Amino acid sequence: MTAALRFRNLTLGYDRHPAVHHLDGAVESGALMAVVGPNGAGKSTLFKGIVGVIKPLAGRIERGDPNPQNVAYLPQAAEIDRTFPINVYDMVSMGLWRRAGTFGGIDRGARSSIEQAIAAVGLAGFENRAIATLSGGQMQRMLFARLLLQDARVIVLDEPFNAVDAKTSADLFDLVRRWHGERRTVLTAMHDIDFVRENFPETLLLAREPVAWGRTANVLTPENLLAARRMCEAFDQQAEPCVDEQTSALAPRGELADAATHQPRR
Amino acid sequence: MSTLYQIFIGPFTEFEFMRRALAGALALALGACPIGVFLMLRRMSLVGDAMAHAILPGAAVGFLLSGLNLFAMTAGGLIAGFVVALLTGLVARTTELKEDAALATFYLLSLAIGVTIISLKGTNIDLLHVLFGNVLALDDQTLLLIAANATITLVVLSLIYRPLVIECVDPGFMRAVSRAGGPAHLAFLVLVVINLVSGFHALGTLLAVGMMMLPAAIGRFWARDITRMMLVATASGVLAGYAGLLVSFHFGVASGPAIILIAGVLYLASLLFGQVGGLVRQLFPGRHLEA
Repeated sequence: MTAALRFRNLTLGYDRHPAVHHLDGAVESGALMAVVGPNGAGKSTLFKGIVGVIKPLAGRIERGDPNPQNVAYLPQAAEIDRTFPINVYDMVSMGLWRRAGTFGGIDRGARSSIEQAIAAVGLAGFENRAIATLSGGQMQRMLFARLLLQDARVIVLDEPFNAVDAKTSADLFDLVRRWHGERRTVLTAMHDIDFVRENFPETLLLAREPVAWGRTANVLTPENLLAARRMCEAFDQQAEPCVDEQTSALAPRGELADAATHQPRR
Repeated sequence: MSTLYQIFIGPFTEFEFMRRALAGALALALGACPIGVFLMLRRMSLVGDAMAHAILPGAAVGFLLSGLNLFAMTAGGLIAGFVVALLTGLVARTTELKEDAALATFYLLSLAIGVTIISLKGTNIDLLHVLFGNVLALDDQTLLLIAANATITLVVLSLIYRPLVIECVDPGFMRAVSRAGGPAHLAFLVLVVINLVSGFHALGTLLAVGMMMLPAAIGRFWARDITRMMLVATASGVLAGYAGLLVSFHFGVASGPAIILIAGVLYLASLLFGQVGGLVRQLFPGRHLEA
């Protein structure tokens, strides 16, 4: 089996402060993987890195498929202007970007796939509704319809079932299962541990540093969850440049006193 | 019948300057109104105003160097406008400054530079004609410039329409699927500039912004989707241009302000009676529906 994504000593963060620290490993093609961890653990940061919205501070992400169009991304807080005068149909049809792009036409086949996607998320009849009139759950359904049309091999969902009722999340998770059945790679950030135990074969437990990664049952042990919870969330403003075996040759400063007090990992 | 003809059509069949003015006003409405709708939806309604200030020094410098020369003033205005638009776009996209702050800094600098150059030259030039334009004195060149600008605007807008709309609604999605969002936004800013430039020949810089923003605001009160909003905006821009010229002709008032005032009347009517969020509809919404 090939890897859809491979992380090599990946560090992602903001303003030099790491939010995901030294992540190594691979996501197999066709995996259905949950990314679990407390708030501030770096789940969203990892996803932004995968999608390419932020650049790694160190290390790299290798994609099995170099075409960035083949990764579809549902951000945790989509930057959607809900007051914009656009209806559900047009919003969902954005998912055809890869096929249609800036100039491509929307032919009859494309139209029927838009309608199918809208029906698949249970929004049939809402086509002409302005997005301003949608509820939170309907909005999420609409975004899933757009994901369906994007037809990407790797799908990254950042806490897709937050603030969504049980019925909606069950409906939407059916779509995730369908994607899994189609051998697409799905990464999902989740907070509901029990739900993850039941539904996701593979889990990455993240707490800035990777705590554990593998079969869900082996990862979500009480010890691992406790370790993740202890992680300190705040940036340390006085943090020293991180020195580890792979970057030590490049460490910028050589002050011995600093080096003695600095504890690079864990 | 004949009086109606004399009121509504006669001025244009009788006088060539009225025909030219009408053509200029219509071309201006065709280009500026859709642009105004996008400015409004991007919460950039005041950007037109700021850009008008950014253009003014360029046009004034052109005027200073070669007098009332269409080419020099247009080129000066375009250059000043483009520089400010591009710098604003770059700073907004690469730093923490948002678009409004970035634009404010650059248009103020542009204005200051323009005024400094003029004061160094020591000429006391009358900027009134740049400020208020004259739609009743459009010569062939100017008319062609306005028409060309409107044509370019509509063609470019249709080319960048899809990325521009997506960039407005969901910029995160646009960034994830394509790099077209940035160039589309810059192209849009360029369109704003060329429309302000063609506007200042007809209406003057200050009122050119009115032709952009008032019809757009009118559109918002009558339509729930962007396509219809642009149609309503353009239609009201055209109507304001036509009616404004008639008012100016029959009552002997200045043409530019007359056009904007007519647009203002349409705006007030929309504010009161508009189907989408008009005040009357908000006060008397009728009984709520069953579902």
